[in-house]
Amino acid sequence: MGDLLTLFLSTVLIDNIILSHFLGMCPFMGVSKNRSSALGMGFAVLFVIVGASLLSYALYYLALVPLGLEYLELITFILVIACFVQFTELFLKKFIPSLYKSLGIFLPLITTNCAVLYVALDNITNSYDLAHTIVNSVGVSVGFMLILYIFSTIRERLDASTPLKSFVGNPLALITAGLMALAFSGLAGLI
Amino acid sequence: MEEKKPSFLQSLILENPVFSLYLGICSILGVSTSLDNAVGMAALVFLVLLFSNIVVSLIRKITPGEIRIPVYIVIIATLVSVAEMFIKAYMPSLYASMGSFISLVVVNCIILGRAEACASKNDVLTSIKDACVMGAGYFVAIFTISVIRQFLSTGGWSFANPLTLKTIFDIKIIPEQFTIGLFGKPVGAFVTFGLLAALFAGYKQNHEAKLAQAAKEAKAAAAAAAKEAK
Repeated sequence: MGDLLTLFLSTVLIDNIILSHFLGMCPFMGVSKNRSSALGMGFAVLFVIVGASLLSYALYYLALVPLGLEYLELITFILVIACFVQFTELFLKKFIPSLYKSLGIFLPLITTNCAVLYVALDNITNSYDLAHTIVNSVGVSVGFMLILYIFSTIRERLDASTPLKSFVGNPLALITAGLMALAFSGLAGLI
Repeated sequence: MEEKKPSFLQSLILENPVFSLYLGICSILGVSTSLDNAVGMAALVFLVLLFSNIVVSLIRKITPGEIRIPVYIVIIATLVSVAEMFIKAYMPSLYASMGSFISLVVVNCIILGRAEACASKNDVLTSIKDACVMGAGYFVAIFTISVIRQFLSTGGWSFANPLTLKTIFDIKIIPEQFTIGLFGKPVGAFVTFGLLAALFAGYKQNHEAKLAQAAKEAKAAAAAAAKEAK
């Protein structure tokens, strides 16, 4: 139990997927302009990461390993993720149309969100069991959501400021993210 | 009046996929800690981009429109799997230091983006050219960032042949105690990238202002000429 909690805390705060692995940068830059779409994106990613990594986990140990096809993991996983994102898209379109609209192009782009593929592969490389796989996937996506949300609140403030013209938008956002990474690296002593 | 075409060097800056479109920045931020990694990554991205562009362009007439994205992804994933096995077998040190970023080339937006935006509509030759320009843009970006980061965090530059692990050059300029270790960490990646992106944006704005100014002057001259003719 203890190591599960450690794993969760470290994926959320210390080994954060955005600030220390630089994954999922596209939605991090693209959907962090206001709080509500940041939260929506966070939940969509949570859903996709947990679902896709469980599916890939099952496929890897039930189909690829018995057949000796481990080298196909990359192709299998990316297809699983693509299908799962498509499914999420249909689901949101039918049941939460407002969120579907506000996420726009970034919803299908979850397929190419490196965080999703990273978690699926990471679970296999570290040979996690089912419990660790679930905790790892949830932890990574909660960490993603947390940073995305905090960042969107900062960005709403940034919009009101008047920086140098060439810093407007993404350059300033990147430097802000750097400062956030610095602040979060202070949490490394937590565990 | 014919519009002046920007030179190759200019288009590397103005149409850089990394600094102007923010594509594929995950891998750039992650692997730009040293020149070895940066060059390895740039070569990997270029080769995968080149072959995916060629294949996508060759099959563009027989790919049904509705399922084109999954088709592209499978092509790219196959190429990356091949590359991954190759690197694992022949360059184990590079494989260890780039880690999971090798498999994550599959989801590098530049590659899928070029397959969709260029290779799916153009013939093979145009696609190869496009891959070269985009690959060069990616190389410029990751190389610049890693030059800055490696210099500030270790005090110099070193580069080793990835196949034989023989050091090609190793320069130390700043003594050990004055280096800024922070630049090897995530913070340094974000800050370096942000400052460079601002630099590129500034150049672009400057360039656009110049173009607008030139267009305005040409228009004024034309108007004056028309007036004179009257």
